[in-house]
Amino acid sequence: MFQIIDKKDLAPSIKQFVVDAPLVAQKARPGQFIILRIKEGGERIPLTIADYDTQKGTITIVFQEVGKTTKELGTLKAGDYLADFVGPLGKAVEFSNHKKVLGIGGGLGVAPLYPKLKMLHENGAEVISIIGAKTADMLIMEEEIKAVSDKTYVCTDDGSKGRHGFVTVVLKELLEQGEKFDEIIIIGPPILMKIGTEIAKPYNIPIMVSLNPIMIDGTGMCGGCRVTVGGETKFVCVDGPAFDGSKVDFDELMKRLQTYTSEEKLALDKYHSERGACKCHQ
Amino acid sequence: MPSINRSKTKTPMPSQDAKLRSKNFNEVALGYTEEDAINEAQRCLNCKKPSCMEGCPVQVQIPRFIKHIAEKNFESAISVIKETNSLPAVCGRVCPQEEQCEQKCVLAKRGDPVGIGRLERFAADWERQQGVKIPDRANPIGKKVAIIGSGPAGLTCAGDLAKLGYDVTVFEAFHEPGGVLIYGIPEFRLPKEIVKQEVDFLKKLGVNVQTDMVMGKVLTVDDIFEKGYEAVFIGTGAGLPKFMKIPGENYLGVYSANEFLTRINLMKAYKFPETDTPVKVGKKVAVVGGGNVAMDSARSALRMGAEEVYIVYRRSESEMPARKEEFEHAKEEGIIFKFLTNPTRIIGDEKGWVKGLECIQMELGEPDASGRRRPVPIKGSEFTLDMDTVVIAIGTGPNPLLIEATEGLKLNKYGYIETDEDGRTSKEGVWAGGDIVTGSATVILAMGAGKKAAQSIHEYLQGK
Ligand SMILES: Cc1cc2nc3c(=O)[nH]c(=O)nc-3n(C[C@H](O)[C@H](O)[C@H](O)COP(=O)(O)OP(=O)(O)OC[C@H]3O[C@@H](n4cnc5c(N)ncnc54)[C@H](O)[C@@H]3O)c2cc1C
Ligand SMILES: Cc1cc2nc3c(=O)[nH]c(=O)nc-3n(C[C@H](O)[C@H](O)[C@H](O)COP(=O)(O)OP(=O)(O)OC[C@H]3O[C@@H](n4cnc5c(N)ncnc54)[C@H](O)[C@@H]3O)c2cc1C
Ligand code: SF4
Ligand code: SF4
Ligand code: FES
Repeated sequence: MFQIIDKKDLAPSIKQFVVDAPLVAQKARPGQFIILRIKEGGERIPLTIADYDTQKGTITIVFQEVGKTTKELGTLKAGDYLADFVGPLGKAVEFSNHKKVLGIGGGLGVAPLYPKLKMLHENGAEVISIIGAKTADMLIMEEEIKAVSDKTYVCTDDGSKGRHGFVTVVLKELLEQGEKFDEIIIIGPPILMKIGTEIAKPYNIPIMVSLNPIMIDGTGMCGGCRVTVGGETKFVCVDGPAFDGSKVDFDELMKRLQTYTSEEKLALDKYHSERGACKCHQ
Repeated sequence: MPSINRSKTKTPMPSQDAKLRSKNFNEVALGYTEEDAINEAQRCLNCKKPSCMEGCPVQVQIPRFIKHIAEKNFESAISVIKETNSLPAVCGRVCPQEEQCEQKCVLAKRGDPVGIGRLERFAADWERQQGVKIPDRANPIGKKVAIIGSGPAGLTCAGDLAKLGYDVTVFEAFHEPGGVLIYGIPEFRLPKEIVKQEVDFLKKLGVNVQTDMVMGKVLTVDDIFEKGYEAVFIGTGAGLPKFMKIPGENYLGVYSANEFLTRINLMKAYKFPETDTPVKVGKKVAVVGGGNVAMDSARSALRMGAEEVYIVYRRSESEMPARKEEFEHAKEEGIIFKFLTNPTRIIGDEKGWVKGLECIQMELGEPDASGRRRPVPIKGSEFTLDMDTVVIAIGTGPNPLLIEATEGLKLNKYGYIETDEDGRTSKEGVWAGGDIVTGSATVILAMGAGKKAAQSIHEYLQGK
């Protein structure tokens, strides 16, 4: 059992937990993720390690309530326990002597972007960041990102904060202005990573994306998380989650994420109706 | 003296009706009653030189335990079995007896062999019903041993070392211990309650079981030594799924058998939405392969509501590696077998869902390295089966996750760990056994390897 030490609401339906998991914290590196299960019978869901504290033995996760499991997770409080918390999984990212880097985070993608930029910043690289969300109140971790960036652009889809428009618009401008980077990191919904990659590809700058297929074990034994990268099948949980964006078949990834749409809806409807019927939540 | 039963056929095993069982996940074979067991035990001739024992990888004292059953002395029967086999309720159910103990039984020459597996299962089930006695804990030796992986190899090694007085910790990646017994072999063949009870038994022996520990990630083998463990046994199995490398394998509705069975067994998708993990099973399902894993996948698909389930296998019936009993059960339940058929392409619709499996007809040619006649494609014989789910069960390889994180482990050319007779690896203080050494094999061979390694670890630590 793993205890939730701290809980914060970052935005409507986006929450942050700090979880007591000393062994995981000891080994965690930027780019890695954990898999958790709330309770017996629950689903195993992957969430990125948004931050870690080796001293305190804690892992920070940030999640968006999108379906049954993440919504149920959101009802837990500081002091509650998670049945399972497995990690650190996936390959840690490595950067070779980068001097200047562009980091782009869309929506929830800002959370997994943060530890990577933090590491680059600590290594002395110049960090430019572009972060965005649908609306101002959906924007997360702005302060944290700014603290590790030399310059930060903020965008919202509806213009309620910063630039009006998608993060990819700023990306395009910077590249057209002739800005040079050793690497561009793009993390967010698959469609954002796909469009961002298409924009950046002609500039011959390495592009790093972080993929989020459906997973079960996270150890390479089921193959459910497979994606095509450079014409080859890769297991995201062990070969990734970070990949060279210019080689990823995003369309396949997006299709595969739809596999359980009807079951996900069924599970959520059942969850809502049960909670509705339950007196303690009235 | 018990009387002798001269029947040439095995006492039949009561089982759930095929129609009924193909819709539920309850156990198919129901087990002998006391009467059935005594009746079957009376067929055994109690041979002076029991050839049956040559076929058992862990040398169960077969005539001795069977004689006890014939004499209605079930308690002695189970204690004889447990002298050499710590998981009899499992082995009695899943051992490929027709190639092991029962194949070597003298009666097999003139009729059915003695139903050794069924009797073993009976004795183990009888004991569970009585409530298993917990042996006294051995005096602690004060030395720590770590076991990585909780499949039959790891569990056996852990149990044997705990009985000798070692302080044993099992590290398991999943949230539940048991390895393939939990995530692979389905409930209707091996109820998970049995595996749980076997693990509980080990815990009562003092074994510490730590789940959620992906070794190589959270701790390396060297970290374990630093924590004061003096020996390590690696029993991580052969869990890496193989795909066919044909076009269309990433369409929606195409599963590896590992994923398909893990969703259903470990994650209990057959109870969805009561449990949270779903699995998608269409009306027409094709399972590619011919081993136990393929049979289990096909029979699981049927139970998940598929209307037609095909097994597509590139060789012929006689080359199929599945246990005979599983093949028979699958046929009874209505699984359709397409022998000498090999998939060439998976066809999808515009949304990316699988809708068909293109296959080619095969014929048997010259024998290959395995001694089986090699299947060769018949030119121009392609045809398409309409399908909405495809499960690929063509074998597995070694998972490199722990191996890559461990320095100094010698591997063979297929990536499995190299060991000597006793399971000793090239790394000081490290043993390995089970599927991670042999490639996919059987429960009993994995147990045998765990047993040998435990003995060897004991000798090593005594000398230290
Ligand atoms: C390596 C990795 C890291 C991740 N990190 C984070 C993170 O830090 N924070 C976070 O909020 N989420 C993260 N995700 C996604 C997260 O795992 C899913 O949101 C979660 O599993 C959804 O579960 P659910 O039961 O609440 O929703 P479901 O009912 O399962 O799904 C609801 C909706 O979410 C979509 N969805 C389902 N699974 C995923 C997925 N894996 N990725 C994206 N969308 C999905 C579905 O298509 C559906 O539209 C990560 C995924 C991976 C693979
Ligand atoms: C579907 C199916 C049906 C089968 N049917 C039969 C049958 O009828 N009869 C028969 O005799 N055999 C059968 N087999 C084969 C048999 O189950 C295996 O040979 C046997 O389980 C191997 O045992 P093992 O202990 O070596 O490994 P496994 O049972 O594979 O256990 C390995 C364990 O190690 C864990 N692990 C892996 N990596 C790590 C890590 N890095 N850190 C921590 N833990 C890790 C795994 O999660 C797993 O729990 C079947 C196999 C399958 C898949
Ligand atoms: S362990 Fe397996 S091979 Fe040995 S006697 Fe029992 S059923 Fe036969
Ligand atoms: S060979 Fe057959 S008959 Fe002889 S002891 Fe073994 S089981 Fe009994
Ligand atoms: S989640 Fe199973 S292989 Fe990646």
